[in-house]
Amino acid sequence: MDFGNLFGSPENFLSYTMGGLVFGAIYALIALGYTMVYGVLQLINFAHSEVFMYGTFAVAWVFILLHGTGSATWDLGEAVPVLLVALLAACALSAGVALLIERVAYRPLLNKNAPKLIALISAIGASFALAEAMGLRDRFAEVFRLDDNLADYVAPGKARDVFTNPVTIREHDLFTIGGYSLSDIDLVIIVSALLMMVALDQFVRRTRFGRGIRAVAQDPESAALMGVNPTRVVQVTFVIGGLMAGVAATLYMMKVGVTRQNAGFILGVKAFTAAVMGGIGNLRGALLGGLILGVMENWGSAVFGQSWKDVVAFVLLVLILLVRPSGLLGEALGKARA
Amino acid sequence: MSDNNEAPVSLGKSTGAAPAATATGRALLEVDHVTLRFGGLTALDDVSFEIREGEILGLIGPNGAGKTTCFNVMTGVYRPTSGEARFDGTSLTKLKRHKITQLGLARTFQNIRLFKSMTVLENVMVGTDAHSKVGFWDALLRTPRHRKTEAASLARAKELLDLVGIKARHDELASNLSYGDQRRLEIARAMGTNPKLLCLDEPAAGFNPAEKVKLMELIRKVRDTGYTVLLIEHDMRLVMGVTDRIVVLEFGQKIAEGSPAEIRDNPAVIAAYLGVDEDAS
Amino acid sequence: MNPISNALRPVGQAWDSVMARYSRQPVVVKVLILFVIALFFYALPLLRPPLITTNEIDFGGVMFQVAAFALVALGLNIVIGYAGLLDLGYVGFYATGAYTTGVLTSQHGSWPFFLALPVAIAVTMVTGVILGAPTLRVRGDYLAIVTLGFGEIIRICVKNIEWLGASAGIKDIPHPNTIGPKATPPFDPGGLFEIPRVEWDGLIPHLDKDHPVYFLVFGATNAIPYYWLILTALLLVLLGDRLVKNSRVGRAWEATREDEDAAELMGVPTFKFKLMAFALGAAIGGLSGSFYASGQGGYISPDSFPLLLSMLFVAAVIVGGSGNRWGAIAGGALVAYLPERFREFADYRLLFFGVALTVLAVWRPEGLLPPRRTRRAKAAAAEIEALEEGELDEELEETRNV
Repeated sequence: MDFGNLFGSPENFLSYTMGGLVFGAIYALIALGYTMVYGVLQLINFAHSEVFMYGTFAVAWVFILLHGTGSATWDLGEAVPVLLVALLAACALSAGVALLIERVAYRPLLNKNAPKLIALISAIGASFALAEAMGLRDRFAEVFRLDDNLADYVAPGKARDVFTNPVTIREHDLFTIGGYSLSDIDLVIIVSALLMMVALDQFVRRTRFGRGIRAVAQDPESAALMGVNPTRVVQVTFVIGGLMAGVAATLYMMKVGVTRQNAGFILGVKAFTAAVMGGIGNLRGALLGGLILGVMENWGSAVFGQSWKDVVAFVLLVLILLVRPSGLLGEALGKARA
Repeated sequence: MSDNNEAPVSLGKSTGAAPAATATGRALLEVDHVTLRFGGLTALDDVSFEIREGEILGLIGPNGAGKTTCFNVMTGVYRPTSGEARFDGTSLTKLKRHKITQLGLARTFQNIRLFKSMTVLENVMVGTDAHSKVGFWDALLRTPRHRKTEAASLARAKELLDLVGIKARHDELASNLSYGDQRRLEIARAMGTNPKLLCLDEPAAGFNPAEKVKLMELIRKVRDTGYTVLLIEHDMRLVMGVTDRIVVLEFGQKIAEGSPAEIRDNPAVIAAYLGVDEDAS
Repeated sequence: MNPISNALRPVGQAWDSVMARYSRQPVVVKVLILFVIALFFYALPLLRPPLITTNEIDFGGVMFQVAAFALVALGLNIVIGYAGLLDLGYVGFYATGAYTTGVLTSQHGSWPFFLALPVAIAVTMVTGVILGAPTLRVRGDYLAIVTLGFGEIIRICVKNIEWLGASAGIKDIPHPNTIGPKATPPFDPGGLFEIPRVEWDGLIPHLDKDHPVYFLVFGATNAIPYYWLILTALLLVLLGDRLVKNSRVGRAWEATREDEDAAELMGVPTFKFKLMAFALGAAIGGLSGSFYASGQGGYISPDSFPLLLSMLFVAAVIVGGSGNRWGAIAGGALVAYLPERFREFADYRLLFFGVALTVLAVWRPEGLLPPRRTRRAKAAAAEIEALEEGELDEELEETRNV
């Protein structure tokens, strides 16, 4: 246990804290998916982690498509065009996967009014099936005789290894606070997350769809009687969660650059923890929870060592669920005031 | 407003509790200045009354009067904001729910909450298990205590099913029973816990007149076997016909208390039910 | 209804009629039948029937895996199927049993296996109580996530603590002691006597004396004695399960699962019984983990207990039939057996079970062999549906004729 590592110098402290905020922003974006689905359906979308994971692969694939497999290092400015395409691809793929999950794993159960635990089991199955499918992508390509054409994308024989974006995006320090330098990538991440949060907040509060979401969150039957189509609302909710995850995936790949088929799991758990910490169903709670979690786990890694980093998330998760399951901000989606 | 303490005349046999040979039964459950607020809403406002041993007490009032809320406070499901409910002298406020049942207070539910996937017999046996001291080791090793308790539970359960009239369906799944039989099962299950006070929450809901008559007979039979009964009901004829005393609530306040005859003529009660004459249900 | 339900209903009905005929027999006949069935399962790895046997791999080893999974499923069935607590971190208990055994027999002691076994079970049970006490007050889907969190916390802790072997794990976990003279390789295989096995030539059996089982030598060469050990444990647990389920404990569990609030109001101390189910499940998980530690080449590491093992355990119970001990065993056996029997399948195992979980959740949430009560309820519902549809058709006929 080394508290000195964290609190000893301002640089260290800021470094860990800011680093935590950056990842926290990514967690927050993924957490939005969990929180919105829970707000509308009172269901934990266990498979949301895979929605994110597919987005990360989309980003890597776009870079391979547009640049090729040779490794390269670009500046952020250079990378912007490809990044934008990657963002579109990630959002599209993530949203698509989310819709697939809604259609196959949830809708039949919701139509039958099945107990919540069955829906959770269904989601767990979908989560594992999706993750495994990605891990078996080289086999699937083989089956369709596409393994030669798609070799770069499916990494035959190595489908379960880490999948790397051949392009590394160089971080440039923008300005320095108290000895710690904030990089351009970090800034982009934090600003993007905040922007998306604001946009989503406005969407839920101001638009017709947003009202529909809040209505279904409060009382699906009355909402239906008022002319709101609950199925459509649920679909939109999943799509929004997918889009947010796509943005998160792009930012993640910008910063980290590698992914694998089980990358979703640990990030998903952390994002879910963030959502619960902030108050599940509460959009601002997702942001708050994400940032707090990012910072706390980084502090944890400073004090206890890198290998204990993930434990922080799990311990926080367990503590929150035991001590204050309603979270810090408590409110639910349905109760957001206009 | 009449506040009449005239006691019921007949008591029936009591089960092991202090015998009350006189006309006045001792207070079994006391509602003592109970107020319950949910946020800005005052559901119950300084309500006080008591249920005496051996009587059938009716709790009535128009919709929204607070009957079910009062009922939930009396059975320990809600904690009052102020005041307390006492059963047999013991305050119910801090007690865990299963302990309240073990004290001798049992209830049925307005919307029927049977254990759907268990059989009729098993449902009642969950009730009769309430006082069982059998634990894991007794079950695993089939100790004499387990065998004795199990046999007694089974016998009592069958007895109760017979009492309510559904003994023939004992091996049916609870969910496969007809509505009327499900209500009877609920009563049998509650009686299985060997209560001193049996609380019935709208037991006649959904019954036709013939079934209601049979229910009245059953309630009387239950009381005559030695139980005290609290009844929440909408159906006036049923309430007037079977209860010994009635408490009337309106907007969370007690507005009348007395015998059926007194309540029927009470102007405040009639006003509360304005427009609804006593023959409607 | 749907094709899966329709296909499986006759299975349930056949099972019901077999069980009905069985229960009509006098006690002596029942005991005899059970004895013969048990004997069959003990003899199975020796009999090596064609089609079932996995040829290239050690069939005894496969049977060991199958029995181990079945035992785990049985324990988890008490938690999920009886008490209705969705536990997604069961691998934590499995690991606790394995590591306790590893620590006592190899890492920090040299206890004999059979002495370490009860301690491992006790430690795991205590862990279950410690985990359960705060957790079981939490609502259904949150409980699932909390248990998942605990499972991972245990794994990560084990990975990081030196005293428990850290990433390297614990090796050289000894086998249970041999019953009879010890083996002295390379000539003396030890044991009291030899048991031959059966070789099949198409459909004709031959006695094969070249690959005997030495009774009762626990070594690295032959998994069959391990299989017998686990099978014995499985039978004992099965018996205990039946005794406890058919008592007020079982009724309390069912009532709690069906409607916890109503159960409380009927006098059931639900928290106590939930904790009991959790602790029992933990104990059985620890028992299984103990056998695993001593059996699988005597080596365990944090990587042996990943989250997806918890998911496979859950899949075994749910797919098999939650709430039915035979369904759970069947599910466990399926999860362990299919990847071994169909080797190409092994890589697709998780994908297959993931898809199976979702498909079953949608079409047959009660699993392959659900408890009789569920089958009765579903049968009644199906009848009503059929009647309603029949009536509807009749009404249409009438309006058309008018």
